[in-house]
Amino acid sequence: MLPLETRAELAPSVKASLLKVVGLGDFAQSTIPLERLALDLRDVPTAHVSDALVGLPWGAVLPPIGLNLADAAPAVRLEGPAGLCKAGDVVELNPLQRKVAIRYRRGDTGNVLFATERCNSFCLMCSQPPRQVEDDWRVRHLLDLIDLIDPDEPSLAISGGEPTLLGDGLVDIVTKCAEVLPNTHLHILSNGRLRQPGFHAKFEGLHPNLSWGIPLYGDHYALHDYVVQSEGAFSETLRGLYALNAANQRVEIRVVLVKPTVERLVQLARYIWRNLPFVEHVALMGIEPIGFAKAHQKELWADPADYASSLSEAVTLLAEGGISVSLYNLPVCALDRSLWPFAVQSISPWKNDYLPACENCSVRNRCGGFFSWVTPAWTSRSVSPILEN
Amino acid sequence: MSRFRAAQSFAAPPDYRLLPFRFRRLPWDEARAFVSSMAGDWLLMPMQDVQRLVAHQLPTDSPLFADLEARHLVVAGTDRSSLAPLLSQIRSRKSYLLGGPALHIFVVSLRCHHTCSYCQVSRQETTATTFDMAESHAEQAVERLFEWPSQELTIEFQGGEPLLNFGQVKAITRRIVERNRTAGRTLRFVLASTLHDLTDAQLAFLAEHGFKLSTSLDGPEWLHNANRPRPSKDSYRRTVDGIELGRRWLGEDGVSALTTLTRQSLEVPEAIIDEYRKLGFHSISLRPLSPYGFATRTARRTGYPTEDFLAFYRRAFDHLLAVNRAGYAMDESYASLLLSQLFTSFGHGYVDLRSPSGAGLGAVIYDYDGRVYPSDEARMLAAMGDGAFALGDVSQPISRWLSSPAMVRLLEAGVAEALPTCADCAFVPMCGADPIEHYARQGDPVGHRPSSDFCRRNMGLFDFLLQRYEAADGEVQALMRSWAVPKSSMEEITDAAA
Repeated sequence: MLPLETRAELAPSVKASLLKVVGLGDFAQSTIPLERLALDLRDVPTAHVSDALVGLPWGAVLPPIGLNLADAAPAVRLEGPAGLCKAGDVVELNPLQRKVAIRYRRGDTGNVLFATERCNSFCLMCSQPPRQVEDDWRVRHLLDLIDLIDPDEPSLAISGGEPTLLGDGLVDIVTKCAEVLPNTHLHILSNGRLRQPGFHAKFEGLHPNLSWGIPLYGDHYALHDYVVQSEGAFSETLRGLYALNAANQRVEIRVVLVKPTVERLVQLARYIWRNLPFVEHVALMGIEPIGFAKAHQKELWADPADYASSLSEAVTLLAEGGISVSLYNLPVCALDRSLWPFAVQSISPWKNDYLPACENCSVRNRCGGFFSWVTPAWTSRSVSPILEN
Repeated sequence: MSRFRAAQSFAAPPDYRLLPFRFRRLPWDEARAFVSSMAGDWLLMPMQDVQRLVAHQLPTDSPLFADLEARHLVVAGTDRSSLAPLLSQIRSRKSYLLGGPALHIFVVSLRCHHTCSYCQVSRQETTATTFDMAESHAEQAVERLFEWPSQELTIEFQGGEPLLNFGQVKAITRRIVERNRTAGRTLRFVLASTLHDLTDAQLAFLAEHGFKLSTSLDGPEWLHNANRPRPSKDSYRRTVDGIELGRRWLGEDGVSALTTLTRQSLEVPEAIIDEYRKLGFHSISLRPLSPYGFATRTARRTGYPTEDFLAFYRRAFDHLLAVNRAGYAMDESYASLLLSQLFTSFGHGYVDLRSPSGAGLGAVIYDYDGRVYPSDEARMLAAMGDGAFALGDVSQPISRWLSSPAMVRLLEAGVAEALPTCADCAFVPMCGADPIEHYARQGDPVGHRPSSDFCRRNMGLFDFLLQRYEAADGEVQALMRSWAVPKSSMEEITDAAA
């Protein structure tokens, strides 16, 4: 997995900015002004690099190794592996800290518009612990970033923190995406909590391919509020879900399979089917042993081997009702065979690691595998290779 | 100190309030009850727990209490809970109210070849063309049709035998399609017919407009011919020929069939189901006789008590399960309807099982003579000389019909939740009022529900399906649940028209 940030040597003329990386072969087709481009010459023979080329008003130039550019040129030399960034990516230059961050990777399936670090929930298993910081500047930043994303990008997540805390800033971001990325599937990962009546309605018809992923951890408030550590969250999320439905939004329910939720998983599935039959997808997800989860292993860890039958029942109940179901982050050897068709391989590269025991497994290629940072305490006792031809 | 709090600190307070609920002791197990919410979400629980629930003695941190909360039967901590899901379920259950009547039945002729003893419509001789719908009435009826707000309109042609006045079927269809160029509604056309003497030319027209056919098939040849006499004694063969021809033009799912059950039918549920299987049907509707048309006059010969129907139904259901287990998929449409009310939170398209009443609010009948009725049953009553439920005629705007005394009569007795006895029935959120049937049978649209055949039949079927489901193995339970999930639009239409 490639890092998202690297140290770099930046010439004095380089300004803090977001730039689209282009190669010699493709900058001519780009409609983005040169000031917002970083010309990547790292693989270009030095003989081909002319002063006239470098002297164009680029936002930055990544020079060939060993070639010194004129002092006035906005040269940026990246440390770290060469594959760190490539043509099509978007980089953020930070001259003060002498860092370059990759904000968008062409061809990566996991690109995220990171909306805010703030959150109004405080989930026991949060993989990305929130911080109460003033980061409304991110709206401006994302609006700039969206201009530089490939118009044929298939999908982007909008995540945080809690993106709806940006208020109308989130509406602006989605509106901007509708203008420049109308063909991109946008998936907003939100807790859905409705705090301002009328907020969710603003998304009606806003973008042609927008959906929401909203977690629900219980069929009654004491359970859900405990998992997200916030009183009143259950009721706000339900109201948000109905508001989204009223605004004709596509909704996915996301359930992290933590122990207290697993204990009422069938009831939760029934609750979704009875009360939220409009949801188009339910994602049941194995717990990610990172962030806050590590501090709550005892409260949160449930071995899939122990809840196999309720998992089957819950999946069956939803699937019979015509709600599509996917299982994420669960090794297939820990699942009943009837559930294999629902198991999905993660699109995120750090979720597709395998254990030594998986060496000879014949269904590895269809297995969700493990998080890169999994430890034995978070591993099902039923993990064992499936041997068949 | 940890920034995280333990589960107990999020627990509900020990006090709770009851939300409106109803319960029914299970007839097959008096120690337990079926308990249902305002929206018809439900569970089975011991009577003992019902008593503790009502006495406010249940611990709010128990799994049972969570089950009750999740079904919107109780609420603890009103500041942290929400009634939004309950309201959403009610809205979903009653969604049939939102658009206005969607089913519009055009009776293009009363003429029919048949002389069925149970006929629901007081048929006329095939030569009696004065019982055909006149051009002027047809024109006005189409104008009225587009006064209704419903975005989806199902237009069903019925008779008598509508094929005997097919010219009018064509004229009305064309007029509606023409009118719809500007109106932009979603149209569905159904022809309810014996399918006798159906021609390729007629089918070409029906196919062009995406018609579905709904026919009557009472069972095997001997039974069908006994129930549906024609002088030529060949009703069965002609219907089966019509089904085959219809499928050739409209596709396998283009033709559906209904069974009317006479006393003779009650002896042979297996034979009826096997007949449907033989003819390739994957759905069957087992309909008891209605108390209308010629049926009341011949009730002594063809009629039967509800208990006999229920006994028949139990036998039929078992056979149907056996057929399914043998690998042939077939559902019974009324069971599917009731199971959908038990196992989903959705509304449905079936007019007779609605509250507020589906008559007038869900369906409108335009009779051959220009008179307008809220249901087929109201039309039959009028044919027998009782116009209590006549809305008016096609020359009047629909606002006149809606303010007619018939509509007042319907609505006053049309909300099951507000009717004596129904108001306390645990099945009422998934049941209907059917004021016209009660008027026809008991002389009063409210009626006396404890002695009502409608109640006996529906409660008997709910009880039976629940008991059967509880006792069933996983395979049968899954089958029954699969019947409950909303079907294709075709089956909804058949339900609506049934």
